[in-house]
Amino acid sequence: MAPEVVDPPRTMFDKIWAGHLVRDEPGEIPMLYIDRHLTHEATSPQAFAGLRARDLPVHRPETVVAVIDHNVPTTPGRRLIDVVDEQSVLCIETMEDNARDFGVTLLGMDHEDQGIVHVIGPELGLSLPGMTLVCGDSHTSTHGALGIFAVGIGTSEVEHVLATQCLLQHKPRTMSVEIDGVLAPGVTAKDIALAVIGRLGTDGGTNHVIEFGGSAVRALTIEGRMTLCNMAIEAGARAGMVAPDDATIEYVRGRRFAPAGDLFERAAAQWLQLAGDPGARFDTEHRLDLGQLAPQVTWGTDPGMVVDVTGTVPDPAHTSDPEERARLWQALDYMGVEPGERMQDIAVDTVFIGSCTNARVEDLRAAAGLVTGRRVADGVRAIVVPGSMSVRRQAEAEGLADVFRAAGFEWREAGCSMCIAMNGDRLAPGERCASTSNRNFEGRQGRGGRTHLVSPATAAATAVVGHFADARELWQEVR
Amino acid sequence: MESFVQHDGIVVPLLRSNVNTDDIIPARFLKSVRRTGFAAGLFGNWRYLADGRTLDPGFVLNRPQYAGASILVARDNFGCGSSREHAPWALNEYGIRCIVAIGFADIFHTNCFNSGILPITLDAAQIDVLVKSLDSSGPRWRVDLPAQTLTAADGNSYSFAIDPFKKRSLLAGLDNIDWSLAHRSDTLAYERRRRNEAPWLFPTPTE
Repeated sequence: MAPEVVDPPRTMFDKIWAGHLVRDEPGEIPMLYIDRHLTHEATSPQAFAGLRARDLPVHRPETVVAVIDHNVPTTPGRRLIDVVDEQSVLCIETMEDNARDFGVTLLGMDHEDQGIVHVIGPELGLSLPGMTLVCGDSHTSTHGALGIFAVGIGTSEVEHVLATQCLLQHKPRTMSVEIDGVLAPGVTAKDIALAVIGRLGTDGGTNHVIEFGGSAVRALTIEGRMTLCNMAIEAGARAGMVAPDDATIEYVRGRRFAPAGDLFERAAAQWLQLAGDPGARFDTEHRLDLGQLAPQVTWGTDPGMVVDVTGTVPDPAHTSDPEERARLWQALDYMGVEPGERMQDIAVDTVFIGSCTNARVEDLRAAAGLVTGRRVADGVRAIVVPGSMSVRRQAEAEGLADVFRAAGFEWREAGCSMCIAMNGDRLAPGERCASTSNRNFEGRQGRGGRTHLVSPATAAATAVVGHFADARELWQEVR
Repeated sequence: MESFVQHDGIVVPLLRSNVNTDDIIPARFLKSVRRTGFAAGLFGNWRYLADGRTLDPGFVLNRPQYAGASILVARDNFGCGSSREHAPWALNEYGIRCIVAIGFADIFHTNCFNSGILPITLDAAQIDVLVKSLDSSGPRWRVDLPAQTLTAADGNSYSFAIDPFKKRSLLAGLDNIDWSLAHRSDTLAYERRRRNEAPWLFPTPTE
């Protein structure tokens, strides 16, 4: 009897990759089919202009959805006249023209479904398990939470995908990050993400696709998994992913652009087969036990410069490598903090709750839960910018908006806002901010601004206390 | 796209790790809807004094010996962060044709090729020696893409690796769109097959 042929076990990423190969010939770069293309006004104008110059159509315009998020004002009742400058107006109008001319659905500034591109994709069922998905935006990794190979691309590649429906890319290496541990109340997916980046470093994932697993990841809600995958790019990874499970299926069910009825059941059965096979090998494997993980706060100018909220600013003197020591000193100097300073002694000027990392309804619930019955500390400016207009409506219906407003937070409309500071929401030079966003780079939130990345719970606790605070303690008091 | 074959130019050392694309061009400079107009924003938070206009004489790009630099040498993980292709556009518009580093972030690395910039990866020890040679022999290097070599002013030469497909594109100044459109029949065949496997990815317009 002939021996049974057994295929080698495959990772989730291997399966999705193989299922999307259009062409893979020696000496060439593999052509990968792209199922969904999300686009926004900040990185697409030159791509559409390129199509015009070549007189090319969009290959499958129904797979493309455009949104205006980076340049939009977030002030309630916003109008075009509220847009920060003429150049931003031009970006917005160019997106509107391109969507109309190329037959692409647009969620414009006054659309009820408008929001940050990485919030509205999953929310509307535009992002489905098993897909390949691109966007001209590095935080596209967010969608990987649903078991999607979701990758950020440059504008030339945006043009390439619009024209050909394909991406030319060498197969990345695979990495598993297995995370175990149980989170205490007040400790969230964001804290896991920051702790992971702190351990892997900001280039630990370069040229890899990370599959997150382990008990701590399985226990996360789908929105929590989005926060984790969102930050995969901050570890340098091409993408981050979590295998679809029953929670994924229930998250997707009933969403506007998700399949319905029998087709949904057929799709769901396929999606549940996407998880990696037992015994599948990764090029790189990490296992982290986050046991008693404390809330995390960044002290420096990249997301890997992170400590426990109960900790202190590190001392570069303890670093032997002179180049690394210089880098740490440069970060300390920019941030205006001292080695050995307790994080909880550092006062903030601004608290920003928003961004594609942490502006979903669960994030707002976590923050509002700690704010109820409290007031924003004197001298602190605190703003909440929901990730989408749908999140905003949901938060209003649940009374979260009232909680924020009563505490002295500004309650805004949806957009990228102070995460990237293109729309007029920004820090002044020297201003210090506790931010639920994803990048604490120099000048990211405004030239000279000092950004500390935190979870929504830590941001809320910090807003009411006035300096970095341990959300676990406030949560105890709430109870 | 401009082709890259051989290049002889002044080298500017930006000897930091983790230079991110927000450093290369801060977000407030991203608002042009064209591929040009970004050079003034290059290193916009580092190149200028607090007024945002006066060149900071302390920043390496502004030092007289590096005027007209067209090769940039950096440390590890260059171009991390945002996917903005405006970063290589700004570098290119300023005059940078080649970047030499220990490592590059993935998206930036791809964006360089698509913007006509050659990214060269060398190991840390090689870059240390090359950087030392800037002071002793002068900040001028020669890059030969067909031969895959980088030669310093002191005559020392280093070979570098490059993907053969990307090498051909850069030598010819071609982007990938025409190549992929030439294989459109493969895409259409894939779509026919895929439509049966996963029909929910191909909803009819009425659905």
